[in-house]
Amino acid sequence: MIKLTTPLTEEMIAGLKAGDEVLISGKIYTARDAAHKKFGSQPPFDLKGQIIYYASPTPTKPGEVIGSIGPTTSSRMDAFAPDLMAAGLKGMIGKGSRSPEVIEAIKKNKAVYFTVPGGAAALYAKQVKSAKVVAYPELLSEAVYELEIVDFPATVTIDSTGSNLFEIGRQKYAK
Amino acid sequence: MRELSVKKISTAVRDLCIEANTNLSEDVEAALNKALKDEESANGREILRQLVHNAEIARKEKRPICQDTGSVVVLIELGQEIQLTDGSLEEAVNEGVSRGYKEGYLRKSIVSDPLRRQNTGDNAPAFIHTRVVPGDKLTLNLMCKGGGAENCSALKFFKPTSSRDEIGQFIIETVSKAGPNACPPVIVGVGIGGNFETAPLTAKKALLREIGHHNSDSDLAKWEKELLIKINNLGIGPMGLGGRTTALAVSIETTPCHISQLPVAVNIECHAHRARKVTL
Repeated sequence: MIKLTTPLTEEMIAGLKAGDEVLISGKIYTARDAAHKKFGSQPPFDLKGQIIYYASPTPTKPGEVIGSIGPTTSSRMDAFAPDLMAAGLKGMIGKGSRSPEVIEAIKKNKAVYFTVPGGAAALYAKQVKSAKVVAYPELLSEAVYELEIVDFPATVTIDSTGSNLFEIGRQKYAK
Repeated sequence: MRELSVKKISTAVRDLCIEANTNLSEDVEAALNKALKDEESANGREILRQLVHNAEIARKEKRPICQDTGSVVVLIELGQEIQLTDGSLEEAVNEGVSRGYKEGYLRKSIVSDPLRRQNTGDNAPAFIHTRVVPGDKLTLNLMCKGGGAENCSALKFFKPTSSRDEIGQFIIETVSKAGPNACPPVIVGVGIGGNFETAPLTAKKALLREIGHHNSDSDLAKWEKELLIKINNLGIGPMGLGGRTTALAVSIETTPCHISQLPVAVNIECHAHRARKVTL
């Protein structure tokens, strides 16, 4: 299992291949539809080497760090992703396919796209050690959270060469 | 007439919302465990392993299985010999949803207007479908439906002369197009017949059938099994990373329709299938 700590460097990303299972640690930021619409290509945090997690958690119970927090469908953020990568974004965590434009931008900017399973949100909450809202609290669960994560399991799905596990995997197992 | 207070309905809805969202039902968990045993893809097995582990954590710690705790669909069978007391049935259901989502720390995912998109703050209103039936019982079939899979659903009107193969192809293509986005392994609910407004509801009802059970019509049961094999041969696999497990079940329900029509609705459900039933 490959261990990664944010911020991601070009060397770290160059070593990742579609299909690799990784454990991610460090700071990451959540943003989904409403937050992307607000910030466009200028998010309210330093993008350099950063990862955006397409997610919005359930409410935090007293005594917990955060509620359940799995991924949402990444393709709804496809229109925003290329500009964000041009501005320094290096990683995205979500679920589901990406557009050809996003894959092109991943290659061009040497970035990476990770999949985590939808519907494993309770397990992922256990890997979050701290969480705070850094922008748009009025968006409730869709606010931008800064998360400190430890050993967050994910699968490299589109690597910096554009190799795409959704295509490779499907071709391999199709009958 | 039997009197039934809507307050009881409200409390039942509250409890079902919390229970469904934190305790994955036995049939789904068994299907995931079977898939984990049979899956050939290493990436697919890792996903399935996480899903099974997640269900255990959610149950033990009473955490939501998925952060998308869904929109609430409630199918009510109201016995015609019941006199409801203490208020409105729909308001009671919505109050139950509101209490369940607040007290259960579930995510509020409903906006009051599809264009202005202001969150209602309590996950109400639910999508309520009431049918009046004989008897003096009230049954609530409740489902917390995730948005991602629902987005991948489809409705198509075939010609009455269309073949079984053409319909089957549409069902398979709907799952194929959904690909990784619908959180596979999915459950496929198919409603055939009815009209423009009822076919999708029939498909949703098909999703309420327990995994492992087939249509009582042996011909349809056979078709369900064939379609499941063909869908799993797509190779999409768990979360779309490639593998043998693309769907856990295909359930088909049929209803009468017009001589000029043959509507087919396909309602896609994610593996985090959260449904519960209670009779009051």
